[in-house]
Amino acid sequence: MGLTPRPEHRVVEYNPTSQEGWVATKLEFLVNWGRANSLWPMPFGTACCAIEFMATAASRFDLARFGMERMSFSPRQADVLICAGRVPFKLAPVIRRIWQQMPQPKWAIAMGACASSGNIFDNYAVVQGIDTIIPVDVYVPGCPPRPEGLMYGITLLQQKVMRERMSDQVIRAEMEPDPKSKLYIPPPVIDELSEPFGNSVHQTRSGL
Amino acid sequence: MSDGFEIQYPGSALGNAAPAPVTPRNVANRGGEQNASAAALRQQFGDAIARVEVVWGVTNVYVRPERVLDVVRWLHDDSSQRYDYLSDVTAVEYRDLEAPIEVVWHLRSLPFRRELRLKAQLPKNEPLEIASVWSIYKGADWLERECFDMFGIRFVGHPDLRRILMWEQYREGFPLRKDFPLRGRFSRAEQLRQALAANPEARYSMEELSIADAFEDLPTDMRKRLKGGERTGE
Amino acid sequence: MATQKRTVEVALSTTGVDAQGRPQRVPLVTADDGSPIAVEAPPMVEPDLAGEHMLINIGPQHPATHGVLRLVLELDGETVVRCIPHIGYLHCGFEKLGEYRQYNQILPLTDREDYLNAMGNNVGCAMSAERLFGIEITERCKVLRVIACELSRIASHLVWLGTTCIDIGAFTPFLWAFQQREYIYDLIESWVGARLTPTITRVGGLAADIPDGWMTKLQKFTTDFPATVEEIDKMLTKNGIWVGRTIGLGVMTPDEAINWGLSGPMLRASGVAYDVRKDFPYYDYETYDFDVPVGTNGDVYDRYLVRMEEMRQSVRIIEQAAKRLPDGPINVDDPRVILPNKSKATSEMESMIHHFKLVMEGPRPPLGEAYVAMESPKGEKGYYMVSDGTSKPVRWRIRPPSFVNLAAIPKMVEGHLLSDVIAINASIDIVMGEIDR
Repeated sequence: MGLTPRPEHRVVEYNPTSQEGWVATKLEFLVNWGRANSLWPMPFGTACCAIEFMATAASRFDLARFGMERMSFSPRQADVLICAGRVPFKLAPVIRRIWQQMPQPKWAIAMGACASSGNIFDNYAVVQGIDTIIPVDVYVPGCPPRPEGLMYGITLLQQKVMRERMSDQVIRAEMEPDPKSKLYIPPPVIDELSEPFGNSVHQTRSGL
Repeated sequence: MSDGFEIQYPGSALGNAAPAPVTPRNVANRGGEQNASAAALRQQFGDAIARVEVVWGVTNVYVRPERVLDVVRWLHDDSSQRYDYLSDVTAVEYRDLEAPIEVVWHLRSLPFRRELRLKAQLPKNEPLEIASVWSIYKGADWLERECFDMFGIRFVGHPDLRRILMWEQYREGFPLRKDFPLRGRFSRAEQLRQALAANPEARYSMEELSIADAFEDLPTDMRKRLKGGERTGE
Repeated sequence: MATQKRTVEVALSTTGVDAQGRPQRVPLVTADDGSPIAVEAPPMVEPDLAGEHMLINIGPQHPATHGVLRLVLELDGETVVRCIPHIGYLHCGFEKLGEYRQYNQILPLTDREDYLNAMGNNVGCAMSAERLFGIEITERCKVLRVIACELSRIASHLVWLGTTCIDIGAFTPFLWAFQQREYIYDLIESWVGARLTPTITRVGGLAADIPDGWMTKLQKFTTDFPATVEEIDKMLTKNGIWVGRTIGLGVMTPDEAINWGLSGPMLRASGVAYDVRKDFPYYDYETYDFDVPVGTNGDVYDRYLVRMEEMRQSVRIIEQAAKRLPDGPINVDDPRVILPNKSKATSEMESMIHHFKLVMEGPRPPLGEAYVAMESPKGEKGYYMVSDGTSKPVRWRIRPPSFVNLAAIPKMVEGHLLSDVIAINASIDIVMGEIDR
């Protein structure tokens, strides 16, 4: 079917206990603790999930306890991009541009089923999951997810941030699909790879 | 502070003896009471009215496409009709691919509290063109643009007919046509590639760029594209 | 506005008098050797203002655009000369999807479309579908749907209020409004299980009947809620900052408003008393005792007053509906649209066949079309459904009030300041989900 083994990845030998000393570990903990508990969200709210996001930020559920009450609408000052709502193709370059404008360290939460996978909008207009455009750290399912669900997603992200290591050089690298790199897969190859079930224009579902 | 506007009440042309509006009950499928405007239209326009039928309580008047503008203008201006409110302009394409596309106008007369549905049938073997009612109702501006975007129907006389919901360089076609598949014509990978290739900061139309001297500040490739006559900078 | 005209008093080197006998002034420049040279006065040039206009872009990602709206503004300093809105950033193909779904499967789509008025949309779509099927719903269902519509209206106006206050600068009413929304969410959640996207109706009835004790909770809400409205009212209505920022902005005259197709509070604030509940009533709204607030100035302040009053009137309607709620079934007794009881479906052949057809194929209406309008918090909302006898509609059209209301924004913001654009945009009460569908 055309599946060739991917070019060999360069594997980094990674042994934290031997590579990091006591001071580095404590510093790492401090940095991660600071980052995790003061994530400034960039609410990329488009649709219904944005309303649930606002409800989470309001007084009953209160995002301020996570240090997230300072919504940063400028991507330059934000830590985590919370994509709340469906993203049509017309909006795709916008969210991509905003993600690129956010400085490292940055994370992304796909809030809701539309941001995670396209939800019920499996049609010509909607991006089937923003992870096709930006790298996502946490997916929060639901349509819309309950505020408690979003908060659980945020706590998962906090745990992920706490687990980060300074010696890991890959996580803060900006991933860009360079056509000349071996990471970029051109669209015809994607279509071929995802046959017969993927990329739904070629799917046949009963009656649709 | 000024006196303010004088309040206009719907039903003002009906007079005090008219009964108050009630919730319709047990509406018949066909053969309900015709809107009084239907008879007036037949009298005024004769053979421009192809047929009249009442479906679920609303009078449908089928008008010949070339006379639509006259009919709508008469309905708007005539003092016994006064259809001053345009609810909606839309189109319907039927699953029978031979059937014509119907352009539908929903009109309301606030002074007379009446509702009317006008339809014009556009056969598919000819170019899909119909008169724009923008000169009568300013609200038709965006409604007709959307109809064009989704069906490809050109509204003749519209000041600025371009796509409104999809981006202007959208190449897959007109989404609400029945021959347009639900998921679009291109594969997901290709749709994503085309969407991401668009520069979001370049989405200015020539009209917007002619406002300021910003043309000089644009990047050269964009200037070349715009000079080449592209309608927008996308 | 600096001009380049200068009058220079200079030593005269001519006779000093022109042909009409008026003193002549010519600027004088001395040459190197000191002898006078007469030069002509420089021509007066009007500075080219058009070259000084700025083109700025608000959105599509912006906190104050209430969704993904993009406004391109031509500014002369801070004054807006022209505004060109761009929409479509939330276009998700609802109407196309509707052609591939059965009539009951379309109802969840309506939640997502105008997500602030989810229950109202469900009711509107079910109303159109029932007109298309020729079904009269039960009395209990009618009253419950009226309660759902009005709760939805209050919820939508609360979001409008909260976000408008944030846009204009007052943060506190946002928290108060969303707290009240939480109480409404509690009510909806105990009724049907979801907060924001309930899908509370089905064709011919409701998803579920209200649970025990729900009416008591509803009465508690209607008793406590007006106090919040009064509190916000006290804080804003006579507040100098609020009034100063909203009076006189975005005025639409009544004739303009009708011609542009505005509806809802936008139209009523401009002095046209058109409310679909009063003029083309549905669900016995003519039997409820409520007022329709109408403004006379057509500006942002009037729209604010109209919506605040509408919230109070909605509470009135809910109280009346709660008193008159009759007992009885919520679903119409029609096996063509309503699923039969499970016990009957597993024991009677006919019920089993109905169940099978309804689940596999969905209810099928006769040939025809229906457009029924309802009064959503944004304006006249209608669903136009065309049927060809199959279980999926040929065309499902949403008449979006915010779409038509927003089209008038270029007219409304001309001549106002940049900060006024935000206030006017907020006053239209747009929902991009409905505009772009």
